Amino acid sequence: MDLSAISPTLLVASLMVAATPILLAALGELVVEKSGVLNLGVEGMMITGAICGFAVAVETGNPVVGFFAAALGGALLSMIFGVLTQFFLSNQVATGLALTLFGLGLSSLLGQGYVGIKPPSTPRLNLGPLSDLPFVGRVVFGHDWVVYLSLILCVAIWYFLRRTRAGLKLRAVGESHDAAHAMGLKVRAIRLAAIAFGGAMAGLGGAYLSLVRVPQWTEGMTAGAGWIALAIVVFASWRAGRVLVGAYLFGGVTVLQLNLQAAGVALPVEYLSMSPYLITIAVLVVMSARGTRRSLGAPADLGKQFHAVH
Amino acid sequence: MISLEKRPTPSRAWTYATPFLAVALTVIAGGLMFAALGKDPVAAIRTIFYDALFDPQFAAYSRPQLLVKAGPLILIATGLALGFRAGVWNIGAEGQYIIGALTGAAVGLALYPADTRMIFPLMVIVGALGGWAWAMIPAILKTRFNTNEILVSLLLVYVAENLLASMAVGRLRNPEGGGFPGSRNLSQWDSAANPELIADTGMHWGVVAAFIAVIFAYILLNRHLTGFHIRLAGQAPRAARFAGVEPTRLVVLCLGISGALAGLAGIFEVTGPAGQISIDFNVGYGFTAIIVAFLGRLHPIGIALAGLLMALTYIGGELASFMLGIPAAAIQAFQGMLLFFLLAVDVLTNYRVRLGRREASA
Repeated sequence: MDLSAISPTLLVASLMVAATPILLAALGELVVEKSGVLNLGVEGMMITGAICGFAVAVETGNPVVGFFAAALGGALLSMIFGVLTQFFLSNQVATGLALTLFGLGLSSLLGQGYVGIKPPSTPRLNLGPLSDLPFVGRVVFGHDWVVYLSLILCVAIWYFLRRTRAGLKLRAVGESHDAAHAMGLKVRAIRLAAIAFGGAMAGLGGAYLSLVRVPQWTEGMTAGAGWIALAIVVFASWRAGRVLVGAYLFGGVTVLQLNLQAAGVALPVEYLSMSPYLITIAVLVVMSARGTRRSLGAPADLGKQFHAVH
Repeated sequence: MISLEKRPTPSRAWTYATPFLAVALTVIAGGLMFAALGKDPVAAIRTIFYDALFDPQFAAYSRPQLLVKAGPLILIATGLALGFRAGVWNIGAEGQYIIGALTGAAVGLALYPADTRMIFPLMVIVGALGGWAWAMIPAILKTRFNTNEILVSLLLVYVAENLLASMAVGRLRNPEGGGFPGSRNLSQWDSAANPELIADTGMHWGVVAAFIAVIFAYILLNRHLTGFHIRLAGQAPRAARFAGVEPTRLVVLCLGISGALAGLAGIFEVTGPAGQISIDFNVGYGFTAIIVAFLGRLHPIGIALAGLLMALTYIGGELASFMLGIPAAAIQAFQGMLLFFLLAVDVLTNYRVRLGRREASA
């Protein structure tokens, strides 16, 4: 084993890449949950986004178009969940699970002809002299545009939720849909918009996996990333800033275990591969041991059905 | 303007009718999907639902497969349904299924090549215990630390899959297998085999266990206080607390039973139809069982019927992929669609649909 082969520069740089899909999906789910909806279909929307983005990028030769298609695909799929839970008043847990099961099937159906193809590459942004700085240049300024987009979105979502009127309305709907409804807010419309946004973000995250991080299409390639994104929202106590911290911590664990695998640590590969899941569970336990979901900042009406009588 | 009015109690008629309506809608939507794939929708649907059972050429192979595939689905779904009724969401049955198979097979293989039929029941018991223990992780984390059981049980599936991969190429690998991954063939070792009990029916011990589980679950839910508590906790959590129902006990009980049943399904599978521990012996029964549980209305007898129907989509799907070139993934999407339609039409059970404008006094 040669630990010195692990370069800290590359480690931090690849950490950001590893964290980006989960960051995107978790930010989307954060907005959804803030509106009082628990969508357990993140995994399904991510993998659908992964194949939509991949297929469109391959067909058009343009990864940017691919990312747009992924967001659209994720949002469209999420609308099944939206319509079922908001208009057909179905159970959110069951519907979210259905979305994941359906998304996994749909994605491998769509991906039939795309196995083993290389997608068009997403280049690193050239930030001029910034990218040439030692260490910082490679670590912070040496990424593709999606990494920066995810960081900008993180700030934007924080600002939206905390500092804008629309964000306040969205939170009001999540805290008490009855009160929000009585105030004249359109609970369903706001929730549908949030669900669509969450779907688009999960789709983007999935496309980042298939277009940049791997980059390839394989069935079931998200391998639980959507579920980890859900866990990170809990870890973050429903705050945008902490979602970033959680996603980057998780990215760090993933990258570290991959580097340890490459460095030939005595532990079998499978045990290293399961470590991100185990660490996610451990983090969930620590967070939940500190208090109830409510005291941690979960929206009061999270997962509850809304049926307006008046 | 269409509006919904909550029914005072769920409609009994719709409770029975909705699964059939959902299946009918899924067949239509599935037909559209097959048409979109450029296949003849009528032929596809007929192949899946009719030819698999009645085609003179294939039925001899397919019919026994019905019970082979329905057995684990019913076994797992029966356990899951108990939890779903009580509001305990075990969605990691796939992991418990894998661990049950691993622990049971490990015990059996440790005694190889002993020649006594006592090994098989021992493996079954250990398999059930393995699944139970794996389900106890989310149960204990839930009751001790209030950790969300949905996420923990699901994340443990990935841990179990990695363990399986490690065991199939490591500890449990067949030493006489020429270095190929996978354990010794358990179904060909008389002491451990789970054989077909009646020739050409597909009936093996796992199917027997599934039907016993269905009967027990039925009695538990309808004739036993614990079953009443399970139903009460799901329908009226507050009332359940006042009635002295301990949520902790229910979580441990529901996760324990569903884990043990999933573990049983796993050990019956690796000693029978799958035959050995291999990296990918698990084909997602643990997830499909979630659909089976809902399709069966979380009712044991409904689940038995739903399990048979879902098994039919598996074997029909295989036949359709062989005969018409419909990709296997289409069947997975088809199964997912079924759950969507089921959840959608369920609104009819709990709500009345009113046409026209709502009255002001409503």
